[in-house]
Amino acid sequence: MSILVIAEHDNKELNPATLKTLAAAKAIGGDIDVLVAGEGCQAVADEVAKAEGVNKVRLADNAAYGHFLAENLGTLVAELGKDYGHILAPATTTGKNFMPRVAALLDVAQVSDIIAVESADTFKRPIYAGNAIATVQSEDAIKVITVRATAFDAVAAEGGNASVEAVDTVIDNDKSEFVGEELAESERPDLTAASVVISGGRGMQNGENFHLLEKVADKLGAAVGASRAAVDAGFVPNDMQVGQTGKIVAPELYIAVGISGAIQHLAGMKDSKVIVAINKDEEAPIFQVADYGLVADLFDVLPELEQAL
Amino acid sequence: MKILVAVKRVIDYNVKVRVKADQSDVDLANVKMALNPFCEIAVEEAVRLKEKGIADEVVVVSIGPKAVQEQLRTALALGADRAIQVETDDMPDSLAVAKILKGVVEKEEPQLVILGKQAIDSDNNQTGQMLGALTGMPQGTFASKVDMAEGSVNVTREVDGGLQTVKLQLPAIVTTDLRLNEPRYASLPNIMKAKRKPLDVTTADELGVNVSRTVKLLKVEPPAERSAGVKVADVAELVDKLKNEAKVL
Repeated sequence: MSILVIAEHDNKELNPATLKTLAAAKAIGGDIDVLVAGEGCQAVADEVAKAEGVNKVRLADNAAYGHFLAENLGTLVAELGKDYGHILAPATTTGKNFMPRVAALLDVAQVSDIIAVESADTFKRPIYAGNAIATVQSEDAIKVITVRATAFDAVAAEGGNASVEAVDTVIDNDKSEFVGEELAESERPDLTAASVVISGGRGMQNGENFHLLEKVADKLGAAVGASRAAVDAGFVPNDMQVGQTGKIVAPELYIAVGISGAIQHLAGMKDSKVIVAINKDEEAPIFQVADYGLVADLFDVLPELEQAL
Repeated sequence: MKILVAVKRVIDYNVKVRVKADQSDVDLANVKMALNPFCEIAVEEAVRLKEKGIADEVVVVSIGPKAVQEQLRTALALGADRAIQVETDDMPDSLAVAKILKGVVEKEEPQLVILGKQAIDSDNNQTGQMLGALTGMPQGTFASKVDMAEGSVNVTREVDGGLQTVKLQLPAIVTTDLRLNEPRYASLPNIMKAKRKPLDVTTADELGVNVSRTVKLLKVEPPAERSAGVKVADVAELVDKLKNEAKVL
């Protein structure tokens, strides 16, 4: 049975989460086609055609797909997906938005956020904020799946030579339209792809103090994250939130500064390879998952750390 | 305008779950249950729209055994006008829930359906979108702001890179993100009043929905334990360990 992977991109560049989703597709086994839907996204199709293990790229380039509206994308993918055994997309906000529509249109269940492929119909996924891991088996004819990118190693971005074939189906709707967007500007690496992440919590006290984290981040080439407490207090924008309801990260090194370590935060970062906690409360739950803990005032530690690096 | 809000009974978010010894599921016996936090935000948003005079009726619906009536009463105490319980023996999966909700939508004909973006037990994040597909309604998922206009709604959504705004024709579906609002607490007089508000019970059969599952739960395990870490004395020791022991710098 063949597999359809939906590429995640911004019309210009392929999101690395797609290469990780391709790794999950490879683990399932079968011919892998990739759908690139967007507007003016030929370059993305060419990029994904070079990825390891791609059989064919299907390019749906039309203004109707420019902003990845779930109403259009969901119907398109359900239409094209009828001929496949599996439909996979990364569990990003875009994937989470349109994939359940695909599943419902095909009248099948969806398996969300898988972290491992046991066989072509059996998968592992975290439930209860990552406090339990469920093994589930799907009996549906078409398996609609979103993939937790941090749980898979990306396939090689080069070496493949798939053909790119245009898809003429245009699906538009008059019930939803894109109005505008406000994207956070950042020079630093993307939170979900960074190999080092340093995050601040309520202990940072205010937004200005985040520059202490940024200085350390610059030395480490790290991305800066935050706990929900820091976001709710208005210290930083919400796209920096790491946790069950924010982003899921699994970097080589995660440094939690002034974060107590609530279950919901741990759900977003406890698969990091090495965890460092800096907190002045030695009873803070974050120390139970930290490989290295430093009980000290973050306002003393951060400048020292910046110096030491 | 009528608003329909779907709510779910889940384990309280502060409870640390335990996996059953036979690995069949997590142990929910004698565990504190509550309204799913995202559903609370959904109820709050609907009640605020009513307080602004935009909505005239807020109907809450929950699916499951009799115990879900407790959460429906909570929603009534928060300001909802009327409740519907769709009685099922256990918790159906997202697709069955979406089909049941479609049945309720056809009967009630709300202009807006508000759901939470995900339930903190199954962590699926599917139901609102599936209901959108089944009813043909447009969706505004992960909403952090809802602006009602004549015949349409502007929804600001939390997406990976920041915020995105979409305009949806009514009737529409909104799923709530954490920052949409801060839910109120139910006051004692409102809890008492909620006991007298109407609560209708129907069944999935009456709505003509089959709740069989196609995804089987084979096993539930606790996640891999992290080995215990060490406390370091100062920054110098920390950097040394990261460089020479963990080799991540």
